[in-house]
Amino acid sequence: MSADQRAGGPATPHVAHKRRPAPTAEELRARIPGWGADLDPADRPSFPRLVWQDGRSGAHWDYPAEQPGGQRRERSVEHAQLTPVFGTAQPLHGVSGAVRRLAYSRYSEGRLAHWLLLMAGDRVDAWGAHARSVLSGRPDQPLTETGVVGEVTHHGLASRRRGNRTDARHHLLDPLVVAGPWVAAAAGAVLGVRALVRTARS
Amino acid sequence: MKAMAYRGPYKVRVEEKARPRIEHPNDAVIRVTLAAICGSDLHLYHGLMPDTRIGHTFGHEFIGVVDEVGSSVQNLTVGDRVMVPFNIYCGTCWFCSRGLSSNCHNVNPNATAVGGIYGYSHTTGGYDGGQSQFVRVPFADVGPSKIPDWMSDEDAVLLTDMTATGYFGAQLADVVEGDTVVVLGAGPVGLVAARSAWLMGAGRVIVVDHLDERLERARTWALAETLNFTHVDDVVLEMKKQTDFLGADSVIDCVGAEADGNLTQHLTGAKLKLQGGSPVALNWAIDGVRKGGTVSVIGAYGPVPNAVKFGDAMNKGLTLRMNQAPVKRQWPRLFEHVKAGHLRPSELVTHRFPLEHIAEAYHVFSSKLDGCIKPLVIPDAA
Ligand SMILES: NC(=O)c1ccc[n+]([C@@H]2O[C@H](COP(=O)([O-])OP(=O)(O)OC[C@H]3O[C@@H](n4cnc5c(N)ncnc54)[C@H](O)[C@@H]3O)[C@@H](O)[C@H]2O)c1
Ligand SMILES: [Zn+2]
Ligand SMILES: [Zn+2]
Repeated sequence: MSADQRAGGPATPHVAHKRRPAPTAEELRARIPGWGADLDPADRPSFPRLVWQDGRSGAHWDYPAEQPGGQRRERSVEHAQLTPVFGTAQPLHGVSGAVRRLAYSRYSEGRLAHWLLLMAGDRVDAWGAHARSVLSGRPDQPLTETGVVGEVTHHGLASRRRGNRTDARHHLLDPLVVAGPWVAAAAGAVLGVRALVRTARS
Repeated sequence: MKAMAYRGPYKVRVEEKARPRIEHPNDAVIRVTLAAICGSDLHLYHGLMPDTRIGHTFGHEFIGVVDEVGSSVQNLTVGDRVMVPFNIYCGTCWFCSRGLSSNCHNVNPNATAVGGIYGYSHTTGGYDGGQSQFVRVPFADVGPSKIPDWMSDEDAVLLTDMTATGYFGAQLADVVEGDTVVVLGAGPVGLVAARSAWLMGAGRVIVVDHLDERLERARTWALAETLNFTHVDDVVLEMKKQTDFLGADSVIDCVGAEADGNLTQHLTGAKLKLQGGSPVALNWAIDGVRKGGTVSVIGAYGPVPNAVKFGDAMNKGLTLRMNQAPVKRQWPRLFEHVKAGHLRPSELVTHRFPLEHIAEAYHVFSSKLDGCIKPLVIPDAA
């Protein structure tokens, strides 16, 4: 569209000022509770940035005491040392632990291999956990653990029909992500049994 | 004690776990009275965050009562009612000393590129989170604050992440009086960002999403204009049209890794994990903002590379600003806004689930059923 076809002259970026100026401060203040309360950047908590914090947030150390028990704790090779405090939830174990330990000890966070190995470790961990859960007293229950009951209690169908949701399309794929490992495990079991039968027969 | 536990992508359950112990002299153990599920938890739930271990307890939005303190704790005593920022941080490392408490170097051995976060995989330090009856809180003298008497539990729990994060997102947009601010994503974080942009003097606020009930909240709660991206052919072009072809002065990405709006990007990023999440919203931000404008990124992405339109960002001379929110730094000012009624985060709560129903809660929030905007989790509802 050329400028002369437009009603009222050239569009904003072709001239120096917005052609449709913002409403005035008075109008905005009347319409929006608190409008402009933090207009002055000095009132914004993270302004200015990257400045020395005298308050030190209540810390009373220069370097914190070191948490005991970190000898075998995995860490990024980009860390010069183990951090003085660390999480102790779900320590590394088994095959997934070995994969993850390799990711940490061999590759920096800058290498794709670091993250791909960690993601591989996640899948191995999940399969192992499902397998163990079957043997344990508390097997995984795909139905209750996926919370699909929410479809009934919270209007699954109606919620998706409302408006023009674009995510509903891939909601159909989500069960595949969930069921995929189970299907794969079942297929693996079938193939394994067949192979066993075949060797037993020959 | 009872705690939420991850069982693999899209699967969670409640498990009996040992109550956490004091593992460091400045630890506290908090009995959780109220928790929430954040949009970030969905990235873990969907298996997008590397090193999310089976059995991990999620939850980085929680409040509670101090149940036990370590030997060096000075600022808290047993019985205090506290709110805990989602960041775990030491207060004195190079980064904390300069206000970057969400980037602390002393709490996350697993990565240097991200700080410590409760219940957010081993990539953020391997700490179990607060969707649980008890939680270990490291650096108890640094992070937690006593909840002011006048503040409700629901406002307090939503200040530990969602509200501080949305407000921080608006700050990163460097709003100048009269600016046009576009907020991508009308989730709880986006709604707070939109409301906050007004506080900083925006002249127009436009919120983009595809979920009608959330856009409705953007109009009634955040007092913003709205744009349903499924109603237009090309969102970027629409943003240009609505700003007389200038583009927005700043755009805030409150969507992150699981953005919809482009099925290829969504499938490669969020489902097949071939990139660190789907960068649809980020690319809309880069293309929809005006030259010389600011893109504030508050949506979370994974550590694997993304297909981001970086050339456009460079050619347009954009300022890109982003971080995990340093929550506690926002609190004094936010407390004033909550007290004055400028921001009432509890008004965004739509659902309250007992911990026992955690799987249902995740499913409902993840699939955005029943108009769910912000779900709370009640550990002791039974
Ligand atoms: N930086 C931080 O400190 C921090 C803290 C909390 C949350 N977050 C991140 O903020 C993001 C939002 O969190 P939330 O709790 O509001 O999550 P949410 O999942 O409830 O909201 C995301 C919204 O984005 C919408 N959306 C999807 N694709 C879109 C697109 N292309 N354009 C516009 N909207 C789109 C969805 O429909 C949804 O309403 C998440 O990525 C979360 O991880 C970051
Ligand atoms: Zn969060
Ligand atoms: Zn620190």
